[in-house]
Amino acid sequence: MAKVKGAVEVDVNRCKGCELCVFACPSKVLALSQSVNDKGYAYAYMKQPELCIGCASCAYMCPDGCIKVYKIKQ
Amino acid sequence: MNDNIIAPENLVYQKSALVKDNVMHYCPGCNHGTVHRMIAEVIEEMGMQDNTLCACPVGCAVFLYKYIDVDTVECAHGRAPAIATAMKRLHPDKLVFTYQGDGDLSAIGAGETLHACNRGENIAIIFINNAIYGMTGGQMSPSTLEGMKTSTCPYGRDLKLNGYPMKIANVLAELEGTCYITRQSVHTAAAVRKTKKAIRKAFENSMAGKGTSIVEIVAACNAGWKMSPHEAHLWMEENMFPFYQLGDIKDR
Repeated sequence: MAKVKGAVEVDVNRCKGCELCVFACPSKVLALSQSVNDKGYAYAYMKQPELCIGCASCAYMCPDGCIKVYKIKQ
Repeated sequence: MNDNIIAPENLVYQKSALVKDNVMHYCPGCNHGTVHRMIAEVIEEMGMQDNTLCACPVGCAVFLYKYIDVDTVECAHGRAPAIATAMKRLHPDKLVFTYQGDGDLSAIGAGETLHACNRGENIAIIFINNAIYGMTGGQMSPSTLEGMKTSTCPYGRDLKLNGYPMKIANVLAELEGTCYITRQSVHTAAAVRKTKKAIRKAFENSMAGKGTSIVEIVAACNAGWKMSPHEAHLWMEENMFPFYQLGDIKDR
């Protein structure tokens, strides 16, 4: 069976750390960083990148449109 | 491994090109941003960027023109349906929509909204219902729930003193001029997709000249409700949805 792998790219300086993507992710890939961006917000990053399935739930929930979603079939 | 996946040919989703690169002024987790994105996506998919006119409200979304790359008119508080009426009558071939909050649409602009809907103007109304006046500090609005605490009813909304919460979408459904009224939300990815479909249908109705379409979006104002964005969504599911039931109210 073809395996689907995904990855997300977060626009770090646009992210406001609202955490909606973290709760929306069905595979628990995302988390908020310990460091902060230019505005002082903790931003979302891929804590467990190997689990991402590229479903784009995070990007649909993101109020600021900071997430780009990529997907490949292996 | 991730470097192989992150390549332009594997891109499956990103914000619409119509959403400008300006960072939105909304509080972290505000549902306005999500709805702005969906509107931009629908306009992009319909190929209507150069033929869209938007009537902006007064409220947090007052700066909508900074975020969506379409022609907009900034209206006086609550008067967006009246301005949209003029725009649609002068330019019947354009897609005209208003974007209003609950204070704008159901309080100060109730008259304009009711009469625009009663005349059956071919406009789409996007109505964000978050049960408070978000911009000015979380005051009580007509759609504030019974017992809900706001800055102007700190002991909770008292029905005897403040009246009953208003389901304005159901009121508008009684009018002959409206063709499509639906109540959606944006608390999950699935709900966001459904909202996008509803916005698309409302815009298509507007272009087909069927009458007024209203998409009510039950949204969270986490800053005004004094909660985290995720808690606000849970609170909304628990308290708002039993009263403001999601689904189509009218479709013809």
